[in-house]
Amino acid sequence: MEVLYVLWLRQIRRYFRSGSRILGTMGQPILLLLALGYGIGAIYRRAGEGNYLQFLVPGIVTQTVLLSAIFWGIIILQDKRFGFLSEMLVAPVQRIRILLGSAAGGATISIMQGIIVFVVAGLFGFRPYNWALVPLAFLVLIVMSLALTSLGAGIASMVDDFQGFQGINNLIVLPLFFLSSALYPLNDVPTPLRVISTLNPVSYMVDALRCLLSNQTHFGLQKDLIVMAITFAASLYFAVTRFHKIQM
Amino acid sequence: MAEAIISANDVRKQFGDVKAVKGISFDVMPGEIFAFLGPNGAGKSTTIKMLTTMLSPTSGKLMMAGHDVTKERDDARKAFGIVFQDPSLDEELTAYENMELHAVLYNIPKLIRKDKIEDLMNLVELWDRKDSLVKTYSGGMRRRLEIARGLLHEPKILFLDEPTLGLDTQTRNLMWDYVKKLSDEKGMTIFFTTHYLDEAEAVAERIAIIDNGLIVAHGTTKQLCKQTNTKTLEQAYLKLTGATPRDESSSSNDGLNFKSARRNKMLR
Repeated sequence: MEVLYVLWLRQIRRYFRSGSRILGTMGQPILLLLALGYGIGAIYRRAGEGNYLQFLVPGIVTQTVLLSAIFWGIIILQDKRFGFLSEMLVAPVQRIRILLGSAAGGATISIMQGIIVFVVAGLFGFRPYNWALVPLAFLVLIVMSLALTSLGAGIASMVDDFQGFQGINNLIVLPLFFLSSALYPLNDVPTPLRVISTLNPVSYMVDALRCLLSNQTHFGLQKDLIVMAITFAASLYFAVTRFHKIQM
Repeated sequence: MAEAIISANDVRKQFGDVKAVKGISFDVMPGEIFAFLGPNGAGKSTTIKMLTTMLSPTSGKLMMAGHDVTKERDDARKAFGIVFQDPSLDEELTAYENMELHAVLYNIPKLIRKDKIEDLMNLVELWDRKDSLVKTYSGGMRRRLEIARGLLHEPKILFLDEPTLGLDTQTRNLMWDYVKKLSDEKGMTIFFTTHYLDEAEAVAERIAIIDNGLIVAHGTTKQLCKQTNTKTLEQAYLKLTGATPRDESSSSNDGLNFKSARRNKMLR
């Protein structure tokens, strides 16, 4: 148990020591809130769809977690390239515990980022429709962070160079975000886009948060939670098998 | 006769169709300082990686302190400490935090943890810098910290993979004095690789030379010189392995360079 704790602690320490990392991952969601929340909000209201900020914030919180979690994987890549992984891998500790301890740290960081964006959104005027459901939304945030961190860890275990990781990042993070229900309601979009968004697990994460925070849902909370559980299991399996394949 | 603390029996390692290690056997006795020499790409790193459980041999048997390295991996892991060829500290953590993490990974009881870390860091003269981030350390300080870390769980065997690479003469001498002391006083077995043959000649009690994945000679410096009819270890070494430099991406490659070698091959 202590092994998991120190590996978790290592991630947290590193996070708080790197101011640029905190700023770097926070810049984008705040920009999105500002540009989209205010910029598109006016048109959204004129189109008779109501308050765009209430619709948007769960999507931006998800985007923050997505970006932070996948990006966290770069630490595994760094450990691989700069040798610290060797130190961990020759220790008499199972690999799976090394992965789980570290990934728990990564997930914790993502959760913190998500909460910060939630608070910032409050400054922009966002209000959860029922405060009693906020703890439940927090649970959704946790599962989401764990699933996406696992995905990031799995990807990082597969690639060997930073450029490759960046490329994959763009190939995965941006489509997962833009082709989800994060930015627009899925009711009125063209069918191909709706089909893609329906296949995108991130859509269900956004939808679950949106259901709990803004009382708007496309798929229904039950379906959201089932898809999230499956996504979590699949990405964890992906991370564990890939991490086991690493050879130094 | 005492039983060997490290013993390799016909160990082979193959990456795809590249044979990196083609069947090597050797024994290292307890308390011995053993040097493992060879040109780039000869199979040195692959052998060290197999010994230290980072790679599994394709065939053959490796025993370490009485444990089969592939079958009783964790027991074998507790028996050795290692200073890697490349730095392997977390630069974003302090020196003390690096030591602490290692202590937890090796399950050193909490009660004695702090004292042990202090002792070892005093020994390598880093205790007064314990709270500095490792990224502020110089190359020599990092090496010293890595040695202290490798000793924290009181291993029976210490692996040093090119430990003096990039160190100045002062630090290098200091390091070898210390390693010799460990061997003399604690009876620790030292297994090291180096490209500096004067170092090997001065420190090592026994030497094995590997080339093209095979051990081409082993024995004391004296025996090697006699065998090759030369005067110094360097002459003996050059006679055994040839005087031309090795292309790291030639067909015989160690695990470290294997991936880049394969990449180069594809580019050609």
